[in-house]
Amino acid sequence: MTEATAEETAEENGEKKQDDRFPSIHFTDAQAGSLEFPSSKSRSYSYFKPAKLRATMYEDVTVDVQPDPERYLSQGWIYGFGDGPGGYPKEWTAAKSEVWHDFRDPNQEWEQTIYRNNAAVVRQVQLCLENAKRAHAYAGWNSAWTSFVARNIGAWMHAENGLALHVFTAIQRSGPTNMINTAVAVNAAHKMRFAQDLALFNLDLSEELEEFDGEIHKEVWQSSPEWQPTRRLVEELTATGDWCELLFATNVVFEQLVGALFRSELVMQIAAQNGDYITPTIVGTGENDYDRDLKYTRSLFRMLVRDEVHGEANKELFGQWLAKWMPKAVAAATALQPIWSQPAEKPVTFTTSCELASQKFSILLEELELEIPKELQS
Amino acid sequence: MSRQSLTKAHNKISELTWEPTFATPATRFGTDYTFEKAPKKDPLKQIMRSYFPMEEEKDNRVYGAMDGAIRGNMFRQVQPRWLEWQKLFLSIIPFPEISAARAMPMAIDAVPNPEIHNGLAVQMIDEVRHSTIQMNLKKLYMNHYVDPAGFDISSKGFANNYAGTIGRQFGEGFITGDAITAANIYLTVVAETAFTNTLFVAMPDEAAANGDYLLPTVFHSVQSDESRHISNGYSILLMALADEKNRPLLERDLRYAWWNNHCVVDAAIGTFIEYGTKDRRKNRESYAEMWRRWIYDDYYRSYLLPLEKYGLTIPHDLVEEAWNRITNKFYHHEVARFFATGWPVNYWKIDPMTDTDFEWFEEKYPGWYSRFGKWWENYNRMKYPGRNKPIAFEEVGYEYPHRCWTCMVPALIREDMVVEKVDGQWRTYCSETCYWTDAVAFRDEYEGRPTPNMGRLTGDREWETLHHNEDLADIVEKLGYIRDDGKTLIPQPHLDLDDPAKMWTTDDLRGITFQSPNVLLNQMSDAERVAHIAAYRANKNVSV
Repeated sequence: MTEATAEETAEENGEKKQDDRFPSIHFTDAQAGSLEFPSSKSRSYSYFKPAKLRATMYEDVTVDVQPDPERYLSQGWIYGFGDGPGGYPKEWTAAKSEVWHDFRDPNQEWEQTIYRNNAAVVRQVQLCLENAKRAHAYAGWNSAWTSFVARNIGAWMHAENGLALHVFTAIQRSGPTNMINTAVAVNAAHKMRFAQDLALFNLDLSEELEEFDGEIHKEVWQSSPEWQPTRRLVEELTATGDWCELLFATNVVFEQLVGALFRSELVMQIAAQNGDYITPTIVGTGENDYDRDLKYTRSLFRMLVRDEVHGEANKELFGQWLAKWMPKAVAAATALQPIWSQPAEKPVTFTTSCELASQKFSILLEELELEIPKELQS
Repeated sequence: MSRQSLTKAHNKISELTWEPTFATPATRFGTDYTFEKAPKKDPLKQIMRSYFPMEEEKDNRVYGAMDGAIRGNMFRQVQPRWLEWQKLFLSIIPFPEISAARAMPMAIDAVPNPEIHNGLAVQMIDEVRHSTIQMNLKKLYMNHYVDPAGFDISSKGFANNYAGTIGRQFGEGFITGDAITAANIYLTVVAETAFTNTLFVAMPDEAAANGDYLLPTVFHSVQSDESRHISNGYSILLMALADEKNRPLLERDLRYAWWNNHCVVDAAIGTFIEYGTKDRRKNRESYAEMWRRWIYDDYYRSYLLPLEKYGLTIPHDLVEEAWNRITNKFYHHEVARFFATGWPVNYWKIDPMTDTDFEWFEEKYPGWYSRFGKWWENYNRMKYPGRNKPIAFEEVGYEYPHRCWTCMVPALIREDMVVEKVDGQWRTYCSETCYWTDAVAFRDEYEGRPTPNMGRLTGDREWETLHHNEDLADIVEKLGYIRDDGKTLIPQPHLDLDDPAKMWTTDDLRGITFQSPNVLLNQMSDAERVAHIAAYRANKNVSV
C-alpha cells in the first residue's frame, strides 16, 4: 500500500481538497468606506479645476491626459523632433492663449458619446436605405435629379473624405491640449462616416437604378468646372500647416460658405420637391454633425478672442485668416451656381441660398466677435 | 454585411480619394524613409457603418460589467496589493493610448497610400476610445476602492513622478521624431504587436486572480481592437521593405524599438504582475513564462522571424538578451525592488513580500531568495515610522542606482552599466543598446547617411537631478503626494490603514537630504569616477 498524499489524507479527514486550477477568492473588505483615514473620502480628481462646480465624466477622462510642461510635467518632454521640441508645442499655431487648458468641448465628447451618437446615425441611415429599397423609392426619381445626385452628391463626398483624413485627423496631432485634440478627432470621425455613407448610398443607387452613373462622381470632382474651385479650396486647406488656421478656415469659413450652402441651402431644400426623401435624410446627418462640430469650434475661437492677454491680437489674426480664406470660399461657392439649375424642380435660387448662407455666416462671425467683412454687410 | 458586399463597399469607399492637382497635403512630420516603390494595398476593410455599432456593442458589454461589479461589490474581494499598483499603471497607460491616436496623422503624412489612410484614421478613433475607457476604469477604482489616494492625483502624479517618466516613453516614442520610426515601427510593429500581449492579455489574467474582473473586461475590449492596428503596421512595414534604401533604417528602428519596449514594458508589467499579486499557486505562470508564450513564441517566432525572408536582419541578439535579463539577470525583480526602495516618492502603496511570496519566487526564479529575500525582510522590518528612516536611507546593503539616460529605468543590472561622456555630459546607461540608442541611433546621421528626421532625447532625463540636495519632505510636498490632512503621505511601504501611527507623515521625512547620482557623477574627478564606476559594477547589492 502506498503512502497517502497530503490531499488524500485531507480528503479522508473530510477536508475539502484545494483545487489549484483556480485562484481562491478572499474577502479583503477593500471597498470604499470600510475604514476612515486621511484621504479616505478623496474621490475626485484633484489636479484640475472643473468648468462648473463638479467635474463631468468628459472632464474626468479627458483633462490632463496629454501632459504639459506648464501643468506638472516636471522633466519636460523627453523626446524631441530632429529640428525642434517634442510634445505639443504652442508655436504650431500663430494663435495664442494664456489658458489653452481652459477649453472644454461643449459636446462633452468621450468614448461613449462617440459610439452612441454615431451608431444611432448609422442605424438611421441604414433603416432609411432599406426602406427606400423596399418601397422602390428611387423609381420615382426623374432623370435630372438622378443625374444631380450622381454628379453633385457624388462630388461632395470627396470633399468630406479629404477633410476627414487630411484636415481633422491632422489637426488632432497638433493642438496643445487633449480637450482640443479629442474634439477634433471626433470631428474627423464624423466626416469619415458621412463621406462613406454618401459613397455607400452611391453604391446602392448604382445597384437599384439602371440610369444612375455610379462612376461619374470622380470625373465631376476632378474636372467639372463648377467643382474645381471647391476642390482647389479643399486641397489648399489640406496644405495648411498652422492647425488653428486650418480649423478656422475649414469649420468657420469653408463649412459656412460652401459646405452649409451646398448641404443646407440647396440639397436639403430641393430634394423633397424632386421626389427624393432619402438624400436629405443622409445629408441631414452631415448637417447634424456640422452643427455639433461648430459648437466646439465656436467655443474655442470665442475663448481665443476673449483671452485677456492675447484676445485683441487673436482677433486681428483671425481677421487676416478671414481675408485670406473668404475670397477662396466665395469663389468656390460662386462656381457652384450652375448646379442650382440642374434639377427639374428648382424651388430655391442660387441668390437666395447664398443670402441665407451669408446671413448665417455673419451671425457666426458676430458670435466670434469678429468684424463682419464689407462683402457681407448688405 | 456579406463578404461580397463588404468587398464592394470597400472598393466604393476607396473611390473617395483622389490625386490632388492644386495643392498637396502639408507634410508636418517628416521621415527619412522612402515609399516610391511601395505596393499600395490595404488589408483592413473597415467601414464606419459597421465600425460604430460594433464598438458600441463592445462598450455596452464593458459598461454592463462595470455596473454589475459595483452592484455585486467586487471591491470586497479585490486584493489591495493589486489595486495599489493600478494607481501607477492606470496613470500611465491612457497617455500612450491617446498618443497613439495623435500618431496616426504622422503615419498618414509619411505613407503615400490612400488605401491605408482610412485604416489609420479608424485606429485614431479606437485610441481615443482606449484612453477614455481606461480613464473611466480608474475613476471607478477611485470611487469604490478603500483608498482613493493616488488615484485622485493620477495625471499629475504621472507627469511629475520618476516612474511616470519611464512610462511616458511608451507614449512620447509614438508621437515624436521620424514619422515611420515613431508611428509605425515603435508604436505598431513592436509596442502593439508584441507588448500589448503582456499589457492587455497577461495582466488582465493576473487581475482576475486578484479579484478584479473589471480590468480584464476593459482591457480585453481594448485588445480586441489591436488586431486591426497590427494589420495597419504590417502593411506599412511591407511597403517600407519594398525599397532597399529603407533597410538600414528598419534594422536600426527594430533594434531601438525592441530594446526600449523591453526595458520599459517588462520593467513595469513584470513588476505589476509579480509584485502586485497575492495568487501564489505554483502552477500559475510566472511573468517569464508568460513572456515566453506571448512575446517569444507568439511575436518573435511567428511575426518577426518570417520577416527574414524579405532579407531583413532581425535583432535576434536583443530578443535573446531580453529573455536572458528576465530569466537570469532578475531584471523586473530589480525594478520592483527599486520601486519599493523609492516608496516615499511614489503615489501608491507597496505591500511587503511575505514567506509565501518568497517561496513562489524561489520556485519560479531559482536564486531569487539569496538575492532579494533579505532586502524584502528588511523592507518589512522598516515598514512603520518611528524607529527608522525609509529603507532607502538606512544601511541595508543596497546602493541607490544610476539612471539610464535612454530608457530611464535605472542601471539595475550593475555589471552591464555603460558610462560615457555624450554631448559634454557623463551619462549612465543600463546597457550597450541604450547607449547606442542615444549616441548613434537618435542622431542626424546614421551609417553615413543624413537622418534629419530622427528624433532626439530631450528634457531633464534624470528625475533625481530636479531634486538634488533637497529635503525629502519638501520634495514630497512639492510633488503633492500628501493626503488631505496635510501631512500623511499617500505612499506607504505597507497596506495598513487601520492605525494612524503606522502611517508615515512628512515629519518622518524631514531632515533627509535627497541626492542625484548623475549630478554627483559629473562632480567627480576622472580618478574618482573610474573608481566609482568599477565599484558600482562590482557591487552585488545584496542585503545581508
